[in-house]
Amino acid sequence: MKKSKITIIILILLVPLLFFLITKLVDSKKPEVTEAPQATATATVQATEIPQAQEVVNVFNWEDYIDPAALKLFTEETGIKVNYMNFTTNEDMMVQVRTSEGAFDIVFPSDYCVERLLAEDLLLPIAPEKVPYVSGLMDWLKNPSYDANNAHSIPYMWGTVGVLYDTTRVQGDVNSWSVVFSEDNKGEVFMLDSVRDSMGVALKYLGYGMNTRDPMELKAATDLLIAQKEAGIVKAYQVDETKDKMVAGEGVVAVMWSGDAQYAINLNENLAYSIPEEGSNVWVDAMVIPRSAQNVDNALTFINFMCRPDIAQMNVEYISYSTPIQEVVDTLGEEYQNNVAQNPSQEDIDRCEFFHDIHDFLEVYNTLWAQVKNAKAQ
Amino acid sequence: MNLSPFGIGLIVFSGVLFVFLIAYGFKVHHGMHRSIFSSPYTVWMILFTVVPLFLIGYYAFTDVNGKFTLENFANFWDSNREMKRQLIGMGFSLEEMGMTARGSVNVDTLVYSLKMAFGCTVICLLLGYPAALLIADRKFKLGPTIIILFIIPMWMNFLLRTIAWMSLLEDNGLINSLMTRLGLPKLKLMYNTRAVLLGMVYNYLPFMVFPIYNALSKQDVRLSEAAQDLGANNFLTFWRVVFPLSMPGIVSGITMVFMPSVTTFFIPRVLGGGNTEMFGDLIERTFLTADNWNVGSALSLLMMVLILMSISLLRKVDPEGEGGSFV
Repeated sequence: MKKSKITIIILILLVPLLFFLITKLVDSKKPEVTEAPQATATATVQATEIPQAQEVVNVFNWEDYIDPAALKLFTEETGIKVNYMNFTTNEDMMVQVRTSEGAFDIVFPSDYCVERLLAEDLLLPIAPEKVPYVSGLMDWLKNPSYDANNAHSIPYMWGTVGVLYDTTRVQGDVNSWSVVFSEDNKGEVFMLDSVRDSMGVALKYLGYGMNTRDPMELKAATDLLIAQKEAGIVKAYQVDETKDKMVAGEGVVAVMWSGDAQYAINLNENLAYSIPEEGSNVWVDAMVIPRSAQNVDNALTFINFMCRPDIAQMNVEYISYSTPIQEVVDTLGEEYQNNVAQNPSQEDIDRCEFFHDIHDFLEVYNTLWAQVKNAKAQ
Repeated sequence: MNLSPFGIGLIVFSGVLFVFLIAYGFKVHHGMHRSIFSSPYTVWMILFTVVPLFLIGYYAFTDVNGKFTLENFANFWDSNREMKRQLIGMGFSLEEMGMTARGSVNVDTLVYSLKMAFGCTVICLLLGYPAALLIADRKFKLGPTIIILFIIPMWMNFLLRTIAWMSLLEDNGLINSLMTRLGLPKLKLMYNTRAVLLGMVYNYLPFMVFPIYNALSKQDVRLSEAAQDLGANNFLTFWRVVFPLSMPGIVSGITMVFMPSVTTFFIPRVLGGGNTEMFGDLIERTFLTADNWNVGSALSLLMMVLILMSISLLRKVDPEGEGGSFV
């Protein structure tokens, strides 16, 4: 009996030790297999085990955010194999980029994350002469406030946050955020279950900036959101579900990203999109090269390829967000150009602002948002 | 995988060691020995249960820099605490801004979760006991069929089943289109607490029915017959014999429904539209959105202590674990 007990104790002690040693080794040798500490952070590698001789590029993009045919074409034209990986939120992506050194050659963060990654010195500069097609960018995107002169990031897609509404049932002024906050559409409003977007909308309605660091302004926005919820105006706080619910006529008004709105409008002709007068958020998803990238030249080739007008057109037609390439806008015709969801006017854009990195104030935003989530409808 | 030779060596070595230890176990005991054969599971348990538990404990009692602190539990009590600390650090005056109040988000959420779990357990018991009684009745021929009907939905993942409820409850869903067709007004079925409770009861009801059914079907029929012979009527037989004997099943059922109910997440988000968070959602949001592992772990730890307490309470009623409870 005694001996077997000792055996088991030794075994039990040895195994965790071995496990940690092995994971340590695996970690240091191959970043791709490192699991992010968060269970939901998924980086699904679709193609692994590449012969050393072949040129590769490791792309880390949002889910369903590219025309697969464009990737195929890229490999056909350049001979560079694409390892394509997906993420679902900016926050997941940031964790992966920080922990998986060398795993990604191109990442697609949103504007404020570009700012954050830059602040952490995790991005390589992108020389304009290496990516000639970048000169085709729309003028207002050539020097964005989150990254001066696009020195470290190249816009891939952009869009706005606005109001998607059912033209047959909506009450009140669809060109104001009051359509979301007043009792006109009581019980039929979908809000975004996302701190920055929902707080941002409330801040804009009150006439403040979306990136405010003034606790009093944030408190006012919180009170507005709580009052909106307690009055029973909100139907639900959701993210991905809302577009399909709007298509099915489950709600009248929804705060929504322009691309999702366009998707819904394509499926239900009663729906329309507006960017309220008070202003809103405009955002860019950009392409960046992490400092730890292994295939920098291929990454540059990839970025340039994505900016080529015919490829950019393929992508915009596939995912229905807004393209930053002017030539594509020109060729897509009036239907695209006059569509506020896909091609807002310069006036609309000027009313909107980018999110900026508010890292030092995030705790305040999160805590106040938790109070909104905790409020109960009467 | 691109393992170094050292890594491969280590894996091979541990494999060999493992086989050797099992062989050694054989030699020592001249044949099978249970504790040796449980070792793969022991290893599994250590890696994926014990180690994570220690990690939760570690995070709960440390701050971002890994120093010991009880701050995370203070943050549980006052959800505004960290925000207030940071604002003071930035030179703001909380008094002037009127932001001194204690944040009750975490405590409120816990109380709400306990209420919901209690409601869910009571409803499951009220629905489940008669059902179990019926299924266990030998004269009732459809019993096995009903059991199968309980089991079949469980072959599908609970997330999918919960999502399926949406198409029933929506404003233009199946139930409401039926109502409209009958000329009745539409009902607000989704995005409220009732819908969440419905989803919970639907998901957890089998965990109430099966333990009770188990306890009932194991009962000796002769006991009831004896009661009848001694002049007890049907109700008295049930109340004095059948019901007390099924107590272990009830206790087990309550445990198995109450525990997952308290920690429910996802259901409030889907059927409740994110309008009211439960404790599981709160923990998830603290970890993922707020990216605060320390407070998240403290919340998880409190949750576990709470569950342990309720289990030990129930254990007092059913010390033998006769209800087939596996906790």
